[in-house]
Amino acid sequence: MAHLDDLIATDILGYLKAQEEKSFLRFITCGSVDDGKSTLIGRLLYDSKLIYEDQLATIEKDSKKSGTQGDKIDLALLVDGLAAEREQGITIDVAYRFFSTDKRKFIVADTPGHVQYTRNMATGASTADVAVLLIDARYGVQEQTRRHAFIVSLLGVKHVVVAINKMDLNGFDQSIYNDIEVDFREFSRDLGFTDITCIPMSALDGDNVTIRSDNSDWYKGPTLLEYLEVVDVDKAALDAPFRLPVQWVNRPNLDFRGFSGTVASGTVEVGDEIIVIPSGKRSTVKEIVTFDGNRDIAREDMAVTLTLNDEIDISRGDIICKKDTPAEQADQFQAHMLWMSENEMFPGRQYLLKTGNKTVPASVMKLKHRIDINDFSEVAVDTLALNEVGVATLSLSAPIAFDAYNDNRNTGSFILIDRQTNETVGVGMLDFALRRAKNVVWQDLDVNKAVRSEQKNQKPALLWFTGLSGSGKSTIANLVEKRLLDLGRHTYTLDGDNVRHGLNRDLNFSKADRVENIRRIGEVARLMVDAGLITMASFISPYRAERRMARDLLEEGEFIEVFVNTPLEVAEARDVKGLYAKARAGEIKNFTGIDSEYQAPENAEITVDTVKMSADEAAEMIVTYLKDKGFMSGYEG
Amino acid sequence: MNMTLISDFVTRAEALAISSGQSLSTISRKLLNDGKGLSRLKEGGQCTLKTMDEALAKLEALEIELSGEAKLRMTHLDRLEAEAIHIMREVAAQCENPVMLYSVGKDSSVMLHLAEKAFFPSRPPFPLMHVDTTWKFKEMIAFRDRRAKEVGMELIVHSNPDGIRDGVGPFTHGSAVHTDIMKTQGLKQALDKYKFDAAFGGARRDEEKSRAKERIFSFRSENHRWDAKNQRPELWNIYNTRVKKGESMRVFPISNWTELDIWQYIYKENIQIPDLYLSKKRPVVEKDGVLILVDDDRMPIGPDDVIEEKMVRFRTLGCYPLTGAVESEAVTLPDVIQEMLLTTTSERQGRVIDSDAGASMEQKKEEGYF
Ligand SMILES: Nc1nc2c(ncn2[C@@H]2O[C@H](COP(=O)(O)OP(=O)(O)OP(=O)(O)O)[C@@H](O)[C@H]2O)c(=O)[nH]1
Ligand SMILES: [Mg+2]
Repeated sequence: MAHLDDLIATDILGYLKAQEEKSFLRFITCGSVDDGKSTLIGRLLYDSKLIYEDQLATIEKDSKKSGTQGDKIDLALLVDGLAAEREQGITIDVAYRFFSTDKRKFIVADTPGHVQYTRNMATGASTADVAVLLIDARYGVQEQTRRHAFIVSLLGVKHVVVAINKMDLNGFDQSIYNDIEVDFREFSRDLGFTDITCIPMSALDGDNVTIRSDNSDWYKGPTLLEYLEVVDVDKAALDAPFRLPVQWVNRPNLDFRGFSGTVASGTVEVGDEIIVIPSGKRSTVKEIVTFDGNRDIAREDMAVTLTLNDEIDISRGDIICKKDTPAEQADQFQAHMLWMSENEMFPGRQYLLKTGNKTVPASVMKLKHRIDINDFSEVAVDTLALNEVGVATLSLSAPIAFDAYNDNRNTGSFILIDRQTNETVGVGMLDFALRRAKNVVWQDLDVNKAVRSEQKNQKPALLWFTGLSGSGKSTIANLVEKRLLDLGRHTYTLDGDNVRHGLNRDLNFSKADRVENIRRIGEVARLMVDAGLITMASFISPYRAERRMARDLLEEGEFIEVFVNTPLEVAEARDVKGLYAKARAGEIKNFTGIDSEYQAPENAEITVDTVKMSADEAAEMIVTYLKDKGFMSGYEG
Repeated sequence: MNMTLISDFVTRAEALAISSGQSLSTISRKLLNDGKGLSRLKEGGQCTLKTMDEALAKLEALEIELSGEAKLRMTHLDRLEAEAIHIMREVAAQCENPVMLYSVGKDSSVMLHLAEKAFFPSRPPFPLMHVDTTWKFKEMIAFRDRRAKEVGMELIVHSNPDGIRDGVGPFTHGSAVHTDIMKTQGLKQALDKYKFDAAFGGARRDEEKSRAKERIFSFRSENHRWDAKNQRPELWNIYNTRVKKGESMRVFPISNWTELDIWQYIYKENIQIPDLYLSKKRPVVEKDGVLILVDDDRMPIGPDDVIEEKMVRFRTLGCYPLTGAVESEAVTLPDVIQEMLLTTTSERQGRVIDSDAGASMEQKKEEGYF
């Protein structure tokens, strides 16, 4: 391999010193399918002589087997490392490669062009300083070119190179190049890029990649590598407000209490006055501790441990700021979101929101609009599907410290995690707080849940009956309520009859409306529990996520899931209300069990097998459960 | 030697210790490779002129490094270090039962050093684990035990008991079977046994083409499988650490380091690595064109085999029968780095296991290899 740097052989220590002085750049290649992204990176690695002989031999062999360039070496194979990628000749997931020149070290992420793998492209783009956007000169700006340009801009990448590629196929025709350049600059006008550099290129043959091409003598700008070596991305404006998101509390012994984290922006010095968000507690910096000795100053991107002069309570999730420039805190936001799951986003459903250092339950309150990537117009929609971008409002179960993403990439970003599958289903960039959390002070009335419950001599609970239509939910719930009443308890039952016609009369049976239906019921049930009542809710509630959402509204132990387990054949055979017959005849759409899914509970507190047990026996079992678990003997807060 | 030279040197070093807040022994270690060197000099100790010259040069560099502007500079290595520390802290804060896979090689040495840094002054809040195939170089085992003790971390050693019962080894069963049973299966057993939900590994993206594709937090199913075509998105430095019971994460804090970065960091930070990386006269036998060290008497020496003493070193460390030595004159770390930069084949070639072609590493990873 050839860092053909003479120093290696003559003065290795001098060479290493020079390595340390080099600056550093992260960039991506992106753009539509087959525009030549992987080939371009292969070319960069090849021309920088960074391919070992044995690697080259392997690639030459593979090119004959699965290459796309006949007998010529297919440079894309240097990056398309997965078996499936080689078989299909496309990139599926982002590859990270490393190379360096005399001036700089580079980490490049080769991202996939296929729309299906957009989330992998976003993965690569989120840490990039520069985006190299390829355009196949034969086709010009495509939908996928626009999508990638948009995502790149959304993620805050400011520097863009437009590599107008495959110019070898048109004899380096300047007018084709010019048309594409005009086109791109026109559509990207409002995307907020600070600079756009267009370069005519052939990734395949290497024209204007690292070597200036004779084929395009009309082009006077830099080659790609020249550009990458000098582009100034030193964004680390160290005068930005100081932020230390606390990742880990460092307590080796009783005498040391440090707060470890990576500085998200700005600088901090020993003696600085600090404020902790969200708690608002204040102190001053005592030490900046590292393994290599204490420092007197630390800056953005450094991983440090702070100790303070006062014993104040700080935990993971807090952000330490300088006193005069605190971060904001809120529990409701507007955010731009990119959806990454095959399962669409549902407003109302609960997800986990994770920022750089904190995880809280959150739900999308309202999807304001989707952004059409073709003309950047706003489209009113109910849900976001895979790879769609939209603007939504979010509600969190607890306030977090944050900055707008535009001000701070580190403290303004988040991911959404599905609570059942643990998948990362979406990512977002915070725009602004809808209301300041500090203005919302919950009225701490003297009459509270504990007092109300005590008066009723019971512990409030929500018994959530779920099961197929006709499984016997309401029958059993009614029997339970009667028995409780006999025992002198205070109860209420929510079911389709008293909710559908009033509170939720504006909802239909679409998936989105079902989610909203359950959300409202959950909220009402929560108020009833707060009032001290033993509350029963009987709804088909077919989706696990919705039941989870209702569960999360309540305190630990208050939510009791009762699975009324009646097999479909049995319920259908009973068909008390004749609904199954109608559904089978196609007269009712979205009928659970017929053309809409029922997700059986996995960890219900109580399961009733109605084939083996009568409704009376079931009610008896549930009441016994409540007695055993202490719901009837007064409130033990 | 000139006494004022020494006393000037000591005075400057002490001033630096005060202004930088670093202890005198830290400064001493940096200047003289010896934590007690400075106090010895102060009490009238002597050193060679060459040592003093080198120490003065280092002192000058350190003075610049620790003053004003330079304090805010972050080199490429500083950034890689900070990134790795961030990742390790995230695991410690978010995962219930993490472990650090420690394979005794240079990458593991760097990881261990980073772990010490990440949690200082606490000890890293997880154990080290070595999956011992029972065929590692003797020196590796001694080094491993010594380092774990020095750092004060718990060390778990696991060897596949089935493999031991059946006498599995590379000479009798071949490299593929041996590696699968003793390494891959052994690792899975150990992870299942201790129910770790996160395991740090020292793999780097520059090592191999499927590794270039892997996330830093890499999800594994209950069967330890990696699904290359369905990885979780991983944006910014926000890592989704959530797994269900039985599932786990492999976490690669040095994903973005290159081989050169590793060597450079080892040199700069003075990190201990096994001597096997440095060349010296060692007894070797040539088998199928590969030089194998005669590390113990389990090595079959046929009538045609000749044991020769050669100046050799190792570019990677693994099972001694599967790890080819290279002839080399590199006896110091800078020599090794120089040789590495001038060589024209990639590092992993010395490893017999990877020479099968194509998507082999990807396949192995899908089946649970690290
Ligand atoms: N003639 C010509 N062909 C090129 C050039 N660059 C790439 N190609 C060919 O275009 C095809 C696609 O190249 P890739 O590099 O795989 O494209 P990609 O953009 O990485 O594709 P995805 O990652 O799947 O979106 C291959 O057959 C390349 O050889 C070029 O400059 N000129
Ligand atoms: Mg590609």
